[in-house]
Amino acid sequence: MLIDILQIVGLGLIATFLVTILNEHKSNISLLLTVFVGTVIFLFLIDRIQDIFRMVQTLANEAHVQTVYVETILKIIGIAYIAEFGAQISKDAGQGAIAGKIELGGKILILAMAIPILTALIETILSFLPMKG
Amino acid sequence: MGVDVDLIFRIAGVGIVVAFLHAVLEGIGKKEYAQWVTLLGFIYILFLVISIVQDLFQKIKSVFLFQS
Repeated sequence: MLIDILQIVGLGLIATFLVTILNEHKSNISLLLTVFVGTVIFLFLIDRIQDIFRMVQTLANEAHVQTVYVETILKIIGIAYIAEFGAQISKDAGQGAIAGKIELGGKILILAMAIPILTALIETILSFLPMKG
Repeated sequence: MGVDVDLIFRIAGVGIVVAFLHAVLEGIGKKEYAQWVTLLGFIYILFLVISIVQDLFQKIKSVFLFQS
């Protein structure tokens, strides 16, 4: 496992140096290079993430948790990651407003996906309360 | 992992060559050619980046959102 982190750090450092070279002349190409390196590093990690998710799902099945909730949570993590990926790139390019809009979109979509979980939660809480009358 | 590293160097190389050509062409007074060289270099790199970002989004859909 140690080798993987060395690869990631090496790749990141190489890309940082190349970006500093490119930044003086062609800053638009250096932005593309940062997007490319960010994508490469995440593609390298995605297999590990898949193993983690499989473990989470097997634990959920053993605990008899409804798969709908676990899947929604994993989808929310996916949406959060993509929104953050896009927002950071546009922030890197100096477009703070666009980054803010992307993050807003991510938050609203996550909230929209969390509605079934929230309703189930509220119903269980209400069922505990002794309802008068 | 390995193939991506040489893609990174290719992008950086194309970027440096384009920047150099841009400066040279502007030096000899051919401004429009300089613009064309920059545009073509940018489009080529954009194509490389878009192909890998599309691969990333496909993977994310299959892993996170369960639509393979």
